[in-house]
Amino acid sequence: MSFETVIGLEVHVELKTRSKIFCSCSNEFGAEPNTNVCPICSGFPGMLPVLNQQVVEYAIKAGLALNCEIADYCKFDRKNYFYPDLPKAYQISQYDLPVCKKGYLDIEFGGTKKRIGITRAHLEEDAGKLVHQGSISSTPFSLVDLNRSGVPLLEIVSEPDLRSSQEARAYMEKIRSVLLFAGVSDCKMEEGSLRCDANVSVRPSGQATLGTRTEIKNLNSFKAMEKAIDFEVQRQIEAIEDGEEIIQETRTWEEDKQITRSMRSKEEAHDYRYFPEPDLPPLRISRKWVNDIIQSMPEMPEQARERIMDEHGLSAYDASLLTLTPDFLGFFDECTRYYHDGKIISNWMMGEMSKLLNQKNLDITQCKINPVHLVDMLKLMDEGRISGKMAKEVFEAMFETGSPPEAIIKEKGMEQISDEDTLEKIILEVIAKNPRVVEDYRNGKKKATGFLVGQVMQATRGQANPALVNQILARKLNS
Amino acid sequence: MELYELTLHELQQVLDKQEASATEIISSVLGRINKVEDKIQAFITLDEEGAMAQAQQCDARGSFSGLDGIPYGLKDIICSQGMRTTCASRMLENFVPFYDATVAARLKAAGGILVGKLNLDEFAMGSSTEQSAFFPTRNPWDLTRVPGGSSGGSAAAVAAGEIPFALGTDTGGSIRQPASYCGVVGLKPTYGRVSRYGVVAYASSLDQVGVFSREVGDCAQVLNLIAGKDSLDSTSVELEKPDFTSFLRDDIKGLKIAYPREYFQEGIETEIKNTVKQALLKYEELGAIVEEVSLPHSEYALPAYYLVAPAEASANLARFDGVRYGLRDFQAENVIEMFSSTRAEGFGDEVKMRIMLGTYALSSGYYDAYYLKALKVRRLIKNDFDKVFADYDLIVAPTTPTTAFKLGEQVGDPLTLYMNDILTVPVNMAGLPGMSIPCGFLEGLPVGLQLIGRAFDEGTLIRAAYAFEQNTDYHQAKPDIGGDII
Repeated sequence: MSFETVIGLEVHVELKTRSKIFCSCSNEFGAEPNTNVCPICSGFPGMLPVLNQQVVEYAIKAGLALNCEIADYCKFDRKNYFYPDLPKAYQISQYDLPVCKKGYLDIEFGGTKKRIGITRAHLEEDAGKLVHQGSISSTPFSLVDLNRSGVPLLEIVSEPDLRSSQEARAYMEKIRSVLLFAGVSDCKMEEGSLRCDANVSVRPSGQATLGTRTEIKNLNSFKAMEKAIDFEVQRQIEAIEDGEEIIQETRTWEEDKQITRSMRSKEEAHDYRYFPEPDLPPLRISRKWVNDIIQSMPEMPEQARERIMDEHGLSAYDASLLTLTPDFLGFFDECTRYYHDGKIISNWMMGEMSKLLNQKNLDITQCKINPVHLVDMLKLMDEGRISGKMAKEVFEAMFETGSPPEAIIKEKGMEQISDEDTLEKIILEVIAKNPRVVEDYRNGKKKATGFLVGQVMQATRGQANPALVNQILARKLNS
Repeated sequence: MELYELTLHELQQVLDKQEASATEIISSVLGRINKVEDKIQAFITLDEEGAMAQAQQCDARGSFSGLDGIPYGLKDIICSQGMRTTCASRMLENFVPFYDATVAARLKAAGGILVGKLNLDEFAMGSSTEQSAFFPTRNPWDLTRVPGGSSGGSAAAVAAGEIPFALGTDTGGSIRQPASYCGVVGLKPTYGRVSRYGVVAYASSLDQVGVFSREVGDCAQVLNLIAGKDSLDSTSVELEKPDFTSFLRDDIKGLKIAYPREYFQEGIETEIKNTVKQALLKYEELGAIVEEVSLPHSEYALPAYYLVAPAEASANLARFDGVRYGLRDFQAENVIEMFSSTRAEGFGDEVKMRIMLGTYALSSGYYDAYYLKALKVRRLIKNDFDKVFADYDLIVAPTTPTTAFKLGEQVGDPLTLYMNDILTVPVNMAGLPGMSIPCGFLEGLPVGLQLIGRAFDEGTLIRAAYAFEQNTDYHQAKPDIGGDII
């Protein structure tokens, strides 16, 4: 029997506002534990939340980027549960009236386009985190760090439209891309500013009703997400084939064992006892505000892709890779300001640059190469001062040091020899040293020039301008 | 007259004319407290040294304005920086906030001298102050009787001459009912008029800070100080704030007063009804138009309140989990056990009961039948009031069904106890301003007259209360505390 996989994702995105969602504490990542805290985000007696306007603005921007309807009336609710990292023992969230709903994202996977529905996106506050000594089960005590408590989160809930872990990944990458372009989050999975839970079920191919789903928590990287979904799909298929029933439950991904494990069943699920947050009046969002934000929206990746395809004749594939992040696109756009041929820039960025970034596990913001230097290098090639082969070496040196190409060429003594007199002298020497090859050539063995060019290159340590060498050599041989 | 007997505005005059110093005022007040406090037991925390030091600083400055040199007390649910704020609970017995509630900060900024923190029913849940985890407060008019609650300490301290004014909170009647039982003025402003920042929450959509004083004028003056939008409380309202003392005019000619028939029905003691009717005659005599109206959904206010308030309380009190402050059971084996044993030990029975009630009302499958329905009832109650206020300026009614009852009399009988709030709860459910002023005595115990106004129209309450006060002398009567007449 063949099975179809059905996946829906709940994606949590931290919004990179200056301060937290309900107090004026800094929303900066990576501070010393419990330094970005105040009585409000630590849940002290008598403290009240005050909604950060920038958070709402970012949520609207994100909603627009996700093609959502922006509510003109929404409200906040309390979600009640006890946990040591949740200072008020309730999380302020949005239950039935979220700020954004009914959106979608188009993903491309395996060459086909697919539209993934977004049910809703709602605002909530993040909890703090527990710090254990070793594993949670063996630690003698836990410490509570409340820096993250009150960090603004947008939870984006998809429709069950995804059919494989690869589609899920493509969807996550698309969310990341549009939110980066919207400028509302830095979407760093390794820092937890982008996280997701996956609802996974399988059903026999052709069956209309959905199978029983499980929810996998704790997916902290694209890789973990893909692996966890693949594992869970396989587990469910095997269970069904063994005649077992799938239990609706929450499971967690265990990175070290590469398995999903049951956390709690439906019966043990929390009753969150949602009710309207009485400390915050309902939020009304005026059309004018939304329109103002629409006017100020930055270019989205799809628009950027169309633009660079139009302006520079790039392929759809190259254009979509260049528009994965605004920083990558920004590098490209900066280069095109000073250089006419976008295709060549794209080739270098997609080729050498991506290769080196991947090797060093860096992103483009950490790349030392200045776009202007890349352009300078391309111009040196056009002027014939360096060859394509030399350019690769220059590029690597620029990547390592951040120096301009001129300096690298000078330092390495690698400028191309394009002086005709110099080349002629060397070529005459090569001809003199290889009478038999010259003889062969004159007897019709035209390929013999290759050997002679090689000899010239060897004599110049590769710095001879190959086009000029060919030209002069042909002249001499034929005279 | 001793200094402690003077009202707020009389003390201001004394200071202004340099007839007494702030130090002398504080000495007199502390002397009075030391004399009667073992009988009244209004204070959970008393800061004699701090108060004296502040008075000396005040005198050293030499000029007096606002509340400079004026002593006051706070219900011990209002956070005071550096002074223990217990909520009359074991849970917070040693909790010292490092921040001031906005109301505390405003009184401090005006120069007032915080003498101490006043007793209440634990977390403001109760109507007698017997639910304090520490000790019950006594009614100055009869030490065998309760002062009412939950702001019983505030009401008793003002009535006993321990302080000229105090702040309390009112969620279902917790200012008006004890004001009525203790024969003082108690004002609960409109929901949103006064900041709740730093006031430990019981039921957030109902809680409101208000004032206890011996005279209406003092109440208006303190309201001037504490009212107004606070950027730290999103439910506080941005509205132009009148000078509430400008309503202290002895003129209510043509004022349209309604008395709701539902507030004079069975369950309200006949003598109370008669006393209030006398007050209505007084208003007519003073030129007001007095007519009977109906608030048909009144009877549903109490049951709806006992769903909304506990539901909110169940969430508000969840933060007392032993993790960050307050009581913690250090013997517990794990975190779940620590949560439950800390809360089992830290909360009293009434608090536990309301948390359970509220948790149940919000539970999946019950929400619509209980909490949601209660919200709908709340809307109907509001509509009732709106209808009346389309034609009338003010509603006048009894504050409580009886006068102060005896200590222990209603303990263990929550339903009877809850009936104490039957006449005050609708006002909170509708978010309106309400006030209780003394309007007579029955067998030596004070009777309160409740005034209810349009939202944000505290001015009319103050005007009507002041006119009544000017033409009666109930507010001048003073309790005899164990043979010591003040």
